[in-house]
Amino acid sequence: MTNTIADIETADVILVTGSNTTENHPVLSTFIKRAALKGKTIILVDPRKIKLTEHAKKWLRPNPGTDIAWINGLMNVIIQENLHNKEFINNRTEGFEQILDTIKKYTPAYVEDITGIPADDIIETARLFAKAGTASICYCMGITQHTCGTDNVKSLANLSMLCGHLGKPGGGVNPLRGQNNVQGACDMGGLPNVFTAYQKVDDPAFIRKYETAWNISGLSPKPGLAVTEMIHKAEKGDFKSLYIIGENPLISDPDLNHAEKGFNNLEFLVVQDIFLTETAQIADVVFPSFCFAEKEGTFSNTERRVQRVRKAVEAPGFAREDWKITCEIATRMGIKMHYDSAEEIFEEIRKITPSYAGITWGRIDKGGIHWPCPTVDHPGTPILHTTQFTRGKGLFHVIDHQPPAEVTDADYPYVLTTGRVLYHYHTGSMTMKSDGLNQMSPECFVEISPNDAAKLDIGDGEMVNVFSRRGKIKAKLAVSSKAVDGTIFIPFHFAKAAANRLTNSKIDPVAKIPEFKVCAITIKKAA
Amino acid sequence: MGKANTITIDNKPFAFEPSETILEVAQRNNIFIPTLCHLKGTTPTGACRVCVVEVKGARDLVPSCATPAASGMIVRSESPEVIKARRNIIQLMLASGNHNCAIRKFEPDDWTSFHLNVLKEDNYNELCPVWGDCRLQDLAYRYQVTTKSLPVSLANYPMERVNPFIIRDFSRCILCGRCVQACREIQVNNAIDFGYRGAKAKIVAGADVALKDSDCVFCGECVQVCPVGALVPKETFKHKKRFEKTDKVRTTCSYCGVGCQMDLIVQDNKIVEVKGAEDAEPNHGSLCVKGRYGYDFVSSPERLTTPLIRKNGKLEESSWDEALQLVAERFIEIKTKYGSDLMGVLTSARVTNEENYIAQKFTRAVLKTNNIDHCARL
Ligand code: SF4
Ligand code: SF4
Ligand code: SF4
Repeated sequence: MTNTIADIETADVILVTGSNTTENHPVLSTFIKRAALKGKTIILVDPRKIKLTEHAKKWLRPNPGTDIAWINGLMNVIIQENLHNKEFINNRTEGFEQILDTIKKYTPAYVEDITGIPADDIIETARLFAKAGTASICYCMGITQHTCGTDNVKSLANLSMLCGHLGKPGGGVNPLRGQNNVQGACDMGGLPNVFTAYQKVDDPAFIRKYETAWNISGLSPKPGLAVTEMIHKAEKGDFKSLYIIGENPLISDPDLNHAEKGFNNLEFLVVQDIFLTETAQIADVVFPSFCFAEKEGTFSNTERRVQRVRKAVEAPGFAREDWKITCEIATRMGIKMHYDSAEEIFEEIRKITPSYAGITWGRIDKGGIHWPCPTVDHPGTPILHTTQFTRGKGLFHVIDHQPPAEVTDADYPYVLTTGRVLYHYHTGSMTMKSDGLNQMSPECFVEISPNDAAKLDIGDGEMVNVFSRRGKIKAKLAVSSKAVDGTIFIPFHFAKAAANRLTNSKIDPVAKIPEFKVCAITIKKAA
Repeated sequence: MGKANTITIDNKPFAFEPSETILEVAQRNNIFIPTLCHLKGTTPTGACRVCVVEVKGARDLVPSCATPAASGMIVRSESPEVIKARRNIIQLMLASGNHNCAIRKFEPDDWTSFHLNVLKEDNYNELCPVWGDCRLQDLAYRYQVTTKSLPVSLANYPMERVNPFIIRDFSRCILCGRCVQACREIQVNNAIDFGYRGAKAKIVAGADVALKDSDCVFCGECVQVCPVGALVPKETFKHKKRFEKTDKVRTTCSYCGVGCQMDLIVQDNKIVEVKGAEDAEPNHGSLCVKGRYGYDFVSSPERLTTPLIRKNGKLEESSWDEALQLVAERFIEIKTKYGSDLMGVLTSARVTNEENYIAQKFTRAVLKTNNIDHCARL
């Protein structure tokens, strides 16, 4: 996030899109709901009638996969009505002239055609957003899990820059990160193309820096593969081993039937986890590890706040801490990796990670610090881009609407979008151990609008088979006013009816995020 | 001047900010004023009146939580009048339900029958489950309240045990309304409200249904703010042993990216309760259902406890030495045979920064490839 969680509550206008916030980031949603209670304007753009619609002043319901169109539509109106922030555009950005041609095309009427959002709503929303003193944009996977996810995000940045809503309290473009330490996993270089703090692996200067710090030679200058790419290769037999730490891709990955084949093709699969997950069950070696309550360390939350994790209980049996297991493998492979404590690791991280350099466990003992924090006397950076952007000037990107990779047809007439429910988390390996959570959300469901259900002549609670070009699952139909006509929602948590048997593994070319939010399916009553 | 923005409490002058209440000035200066219904960050309701103080010149005692401080105001926080009023309030609350924490005073025989009856209603073999952690009990001690002369009032509504996570005990509810404020103004879930009138008054969910059938999302904010034993976490009630040592460990929630700060309450190497950390950003005490109640997995019997190696197609238990050696050898073999770039590591958004760092260091420095990723995009 460019801004902090608390900061959202201070915005005059909050635009929430592609985020079912009350279920996926419940406590963060309280900040948005409280803002609404205090009379601030919430604009919600989401195909589903999610809980947050009750708190929103405006709710736009785009056809799935048409985000660029409505964002460009808002910009069209803002420029047309001369509501853009010229001072900000002049001083802080570049490339504005280049987008004008493209934006011109996105008249409210044209946008209505693509998105299904009434032209008047586009106009009204554009005014609300542009005229706000401060406006914050919050988005989540509903924006990123598309083949055009990167462009969706750039479009939102365009919109925010256009109105000068960046780099100040109550503003910003705020991605809500899904899992507890996604931010940290990225910051720490758990990505194929960067070391810690996004230092590029193909930059000779950084390679030298890391070779010196780690006292080794021969680091690869070639950016690696993303998880989806590794699995594609494995399917073809071009990938041989995987060491998986605390993930369960056999539920969470797209197009599971193919992914399964990929995993089974590996010569050697090692899984390190706290449970015998679906993925661990097919491993060659399984290592038992610690859960969060058993170890010392840090997590970085969605607002870049580095916070302490502390040991409260002893781990069961012979389980070991994740880092100790990895270090032991390294040492047995001939490269000694030894640390006495997680804090010692953090000290090493600080030395080669500029944005974490000023953070120490001592400093965050009582409360976290937002990176970038370059020195030990630096207070941390709650709000990014206050005086300039990372690259200097903010760049406007020319972005055109692109249809989703898979569109509906006569055989597969419904759009499937996948997501989460409040009571479960990811693949459920943790939440499904709780009777209470299972009581509130016992099984998978196929959420459909009353109209569509009537057309199919299938009733609430009946079992249905759901088919896509890639697979089939069986689950209960849930007729709900949350759903839009033509769009079906299925949570992906449940192994027994894994929604990812249906999804498309087509990925965004830059962020490599699969298109979980749009694929074509059909539904039939189960015999 | 000098008098502007100065208030006198118990003969001492204090400066105050324009919008501050008497209670806020007092709290800031460590002057004790008891409260029950007051909930920081929400609109004062003045419902319980236990925070009354004496203001010179005012006809009646005033609730300090809802009275703005004013220049020249002279306040007595614990005059005999104030103490009398507070004792009355506390006494009525204690007499209104199953407060069997032995604070209530009866003739010995009456106490026994009262207590036995409560045990029956509670379906529980002990004193009130929040004994020792109850604001009403604290205040009753502080003001030495006796209830000898007051009759036992029977519970109007039976206990609600059908919900996951939360037990609602209406007999111990003092109708302070904190839960309603928390649900409405902090979590903004609007699941509960005051229902019925007078002696029948009750906190109701929706059209007086069980929480599980209402808009309640089991965030537990109401449980955390309830000053008495009227809202009790179900698991804690089952597992926490009274009068036995607990430890409190501050940590970060392991579910979503909000990173709520929480205190794990631990007894005998088991988490028995989770509380939102009220003094910490970003959540100031709030949590959601997963963070507050989704901790069963930690002590699940299904946890992996020993390394496993696939032998003859089946995963079998092994020693650490055997498993580690096998992995190291196989990795070296594959690296030699196929090269580094046919190997990969998936690290995790679930593990710590330190562990992620080690995973990427291992991939790059030991396997010598950049094939490292995590499932965050998924
Ligand atoms: S349930 Fe607790 S918080 Fe709610 S009114 Fe009763 S005593 Fe107060
Ligand atoms: S648990 Fe949360 S939603 Fe349910 S009544 Fe309490 S405060 Fe409201
Ligand atoms: S308590 Fe809920 S909102 Fe807070 S970090 Fe945990 S999962 Fe997220």
